[in-house]
Amino acid sequence: MTGAVLSALLSHWRRRPFQLVTLVLGLALATALWSGVQAINAEARKSYDAAADTLTGGGLSNLVHLDGSIPHETFIALRRAGWLVSPVIDGWISAQGGRVRLLGIDPYTAPGDSTIGAAIGPDSIGEVVGAEGAILTNATTAARLSALERPVNVSNGLAPGIALADLSVAQVITGQSGYSRLILLPDQPLIRPPLESIAPDLTIERPETAEDLGRLTDSFHLNLTAFGLLSFAVGLFIVNGAVGLAFEQRRPMFRTLRALGATSRRLVIMLVLELLIFAIVAGALGIVLGYLIASLLLPDVAATLRGLYGATVEGALTLSPLWWLSGLAIAVAGTALASVSGLIQVARMPPLAPAKPRAWAMVSAGTMRWQLSLAGGAFAVALLAMVLGDGLVSGFTLLGGFLIAAALALPSVLAVLLALLSRFGKGPLVTWFWADTRQQLPGLSLALMALLLALAANIGVGTMVASFRATFTGWLDQRLVSDLYVTVASVAESSLLQGYAVENGVVVLPIWHTDGDVLGAPAEIYGVVDHPVYSDNWPLLSSLPDTWPRIAAGEGALVNEQLARREGLSPGDPLPLPGGWETVILGVYSDYGNPLGQVVLPFAVLTARYDDVDRSDFGLLTDDPDALRAALTGDLGFAEDQMVDQRALKAFSMQIFERTFAVTGALNILTLSVAGVAILTSLLTLSAMRLPQLAPVWALGVTRATLARIELIRALVLAALTFVLAVPVGLALAWVLLAVINVEAFGWRLPMQIFPMDWLWLGLASLAAAGLASLWPARQLARRAPADLIRVFSHER
Amino acid sequence: MNVRALFLIPLFWALATMAAAQGFAGLGQTSDGFDLPDPETRFVFPQDHGAHNGYRIEWWYVTANLEAADGTPYGIQWTLFRSALAPGGAEADQAWMAHAAVSTPGGHLYAERFARGASGQAGVTAAPFDAFIDEWQMVGPDLNDLRLTAQGTDFHYDLKLDADGPFILQGDAGYSVKSEAGQASHYYSQPFYQVTGTITLEDGPVEVTGRAWLDREWSSQPLEETQTGWDWFSLHFDSGEKMMGFQVRDEDGSVYTVGTWIDADQSSQALTPDQLRITATAWSDVAGRRIPTTWELELPDRDLSITTTAIYPDSWMGTLVSYWEGPVTVTGTHPGIGYLEMSGY
Repeated sequence: MTGAVLSALLSHWRRRPFQLVTLVLGLALATALWSGVQAINAEARKSYDAAADTLTGGGLSNLVHLDGSIPHETFIALRRAGWLVSPVIDGWISAQGGRVRLLGIDPYTAPGDSTIGAAIGPDSIGEVVGAEGAILTNATTAARLSALERPVNVSNGLAPGIALADLSVAQVITGQSGYSRLILLPDQPLIRPPLESIAPDLTIERPETAEDLGRLTDSFHLNLTAFGLLSFAVGLFIVNGAVGLAFEQRRPMFRTLRALGATSRRLVIMLVLELLIFAIVAGALGIVLGYLIASLLLPDVAATLRGLYGATVEGALTLSPLWWLSGLAIAVAGTALASVSGLIQVARMPPLAPAKPRAWAMVSAGTMRWQLSLAGGAFAVALLAMVLGDGLVSGFTLLGGFLIAAALALPSVLAVLLALLSRFGKGPLVTWFWADTRQQLPGLSLALMALLLALAANIGVGTMVASFRATFTGWLDQRLVSDLYVTVASVAESSLLQGYAVENGVVVLPIWHTDGDVLGAPAEIYGVVDHPVYSDNWPLLSSLPDTWPRIAAGEGALVNEQLARREGLSPGDPLPLPGGWETVILGVYSDYGNPLGQVVLPFAVLTARYDDVDRSDFGLLTDDPDALRAALTGDLGFAEDQMVDQRALKAFSMQIFERTFAVTGALNILTLSVAGVAILTSLLTLSAMRLPQLAPVWALGVTRATLARIELIRALVLAALTFVLAVPVGLALAWVLLAVINVEAFGWRLPMQIFPMDWLWLGLASLAAAGLASLWPARQLARRAPADLIRVFSHER
Repeated sequence: MNVRALFLIPLFWALATMAAAQGFAGLGQTSDGFDLPDPETRFVFPQDHGAHNGYRIEWWYVTANLEAADGTPYGIQWTLFRSALAPGGAEADQAWMAHAAVSTPGGHLYAERFARGASGQAGVTAAPFDAFIDEWQMVGPDLNDLRLTAQGTDFHYDLKLDADGPFILQGDAGYSVKSEAGQASHYYSQPFYQVTGTITLEDGPVEVTGRAWLDREWSSQPLEETQTGWDWFSLHFDSGEKMMGFQVRDEDGSVYTVGTWIDADQSSQALTPDQLRITATAWSDVAGRRIPTTWELELPDRDLSITTTAIYPDSWMGTLVSYWEGPVTVTGTHPGIGYLEMSGY
């Protein structure tokens, strides 16, 4: 019996291979997007952890010298006083595809249980120690160092873009004689004199952990995860459509099987088994697709993370078995979710129940009310998250709750809209059109929800990206006031440059800065000279009157938006600064893309208050940057890489920006196409069910071609209505992204700008998607044999 | 003594030089380019208290049996190892390792350190005597008048060592043979230290007094390839006599046993192989291993029949190179105290 039931059930798919393809494709797509995004996130997090571990010695504190390197004698003095510290030389090696971070370490004193200690174990120490020792990197980085005339050993535990070497090797490569920092080992001996008595010029620096990098990049990963989830949800709509169609078409078969003695329990078990098989096959396919998506997107993601946060992420994927399993699990869970309603219907169906599509629709009216109350609940959660919440997670709760509420409320809102529209119609065919559209709404509602989500995400993210682009480019234009940026290598070069500038009428703006802790977090402190270029160009978000004259007079300071938001500062507030003095905030400026707090002081104040100012950067104002550049390299002997012109800097910034959003763009397109497929499957489902409703209309004299056109128009009307509703949802989404998520994630708020032309294209795209999706069912209808339609009247249905 | 330290060296060597899988057998390797022990060598002090960089390995090794005012026994260990990464004797080619430990009723506490040669982080000068790594120090004016300090996360000691007897040359005038095949080292001891000082534990300082034993040894290939470990004893008898004895165990089950007898008048005689019989009689489970912590020693020529019992059976050195090292009590014909080291278990 079991075998017979199963083979009867499966015969359906043999006869309708296209349905099988949609089911498997929907499930595979859903799994693919979800697991692809998970793979990217997992890879990135692994890289952060590894990098943070290696660079800091696994979350250990460091002793640092604020003005530069630590002499060997200080290291020895500390060791001989009982301070267990291990020296590190931190530098760079040039390699193919950019430079590689070089860490010179001392295997004798390095902490044994850190990544460093693990990389240089007793086995490899002999090859590493000494001036001729080997450099250790992972395989990918080793390939980039093939031009290096030194032995490079592969140690795969190391993070990408990092090379380890013995101190003596690093000294030769970097030319540094002192140490960049001393790792403070976690277990210190019982008796130690205070640090001040041995090395008063060193300070203990808290470790930069993987969490710090994680916090910076959280928003990015949450964005990806949200997209993955959204695509998964949309994919499930397809599965739901396909499963619903298969169940609907097999109703006569279920009846026959029940009549032949199969219990409803056995039938349901067999259906579950059938779905499980599909879920596993489609899940496996989805995982492979997910892997492909992840490996295609990862290089861009890696480039973005490197550009935005300086986080190195391996460009190649290595995935754990857990990832593969979780992909399968999510496919099975998704199938269960998408088919539970169909299964319940089968289980409850009386053995000889006549097929009642209209009755199904009536039941769905109850479902609609239930959905509406769920929508209310989701909206309440979203509101609560907005009012009570704080931080990224509540931002995303707000986002998720709001989107779910909008999707769930869609059928009810559409029903009301259709009822309103039907009032304008006159004539029997038009009246029938609206009535029939409302009748179809429950069956199409899931597909339309998918479309709404996809469109809203598109509008929301599109608005965010476009707002960002508009603001960012405008801001870059204002902020990058100098035409050429020069970094000098010495005091001699500095005076050479300034002398040249005076002779040739070029304005030189020193961009000098120092680093320090402001209000408990690391910040950059810059100085500005009194020049109209600043007051004319610098965008201030809020300020006291006469900001620039007061800065010119040496009073007060400007802070960036990140610092102001983090500490709740506004103009007029006092600002305590390193060195134990205080000034007043005169204005707040926007500083997109900077993870750190920043303070701008009058130039004279910066140099008077701080001794350790980095005096190497200058901005030059000129009408002809190319000529100036040529003069500096030719006459003054500056190297090309000491100079960056404004255009290159802007291009670089925009490149980072475009890459960041290329990923979201790709996911956007994928989501929209998934929604298109959802509409197609829903329409296919409905077309089979709707024959009994169309046959009387046909019998009354409406041709099949007209009926098909009406079907096409209906799909377009519904898509258009959904699109109209998606616009406010998308704008609300954009607002949440810009005003809540961005502020939480980056510490700056972007002004929202609206680009209706983009919507026009999106509207056309959604109409095209719906039109394309309904074209085939409509064509099927137009070509339907009249005998099929006649049979409706004799058929038991 | 100190065959004991020999077993440490191979692994230290592996660490410091290279040769991944060389293991313990590394000590049996050729010693190309390194100086070799010579039976004709006569020690010259204080120069020979300093480092012999031409030899591959060398150590300064102190153990002490100590007692608090309330009679609680303690043991301490202070060891500095030198290993040459290349022949030629250059300071930069030396690598340093050190172990320190305190055996207490509350547990065995230990620490280890490593240092690069010529860095200033570790080294030895003969006169005035100074051996150090980081803040750990064995500093003279000379080797008979020392201050010994070391610490770990949970212990610290600061001891004064005064010798009231001569250096004892082990083996044949300091030429100590370790195997039938003739592997040997240069080896002398100072077993006559009186100790006073302070051990600081997490509960606070403890004033202690007692006796200490120093071993100095250097070589380039001191062991046979097939030798797997050893059991080494340094014993102070209540009679004023002392004895050093060890057996090197071979993988075929045979042992090579030698030692030195020191009379109460501070004169010494080398024990010939197999004069001394050393037998394990009881075992303890320590650090996941089965370690013999009670031994019987028989020296029929001197009517000696004694049992040594570990005071703190958990005296395991869980260092990079791990071994057992701790104080023992001696009962039988010659009661007393001493130190035991066991390797290769």
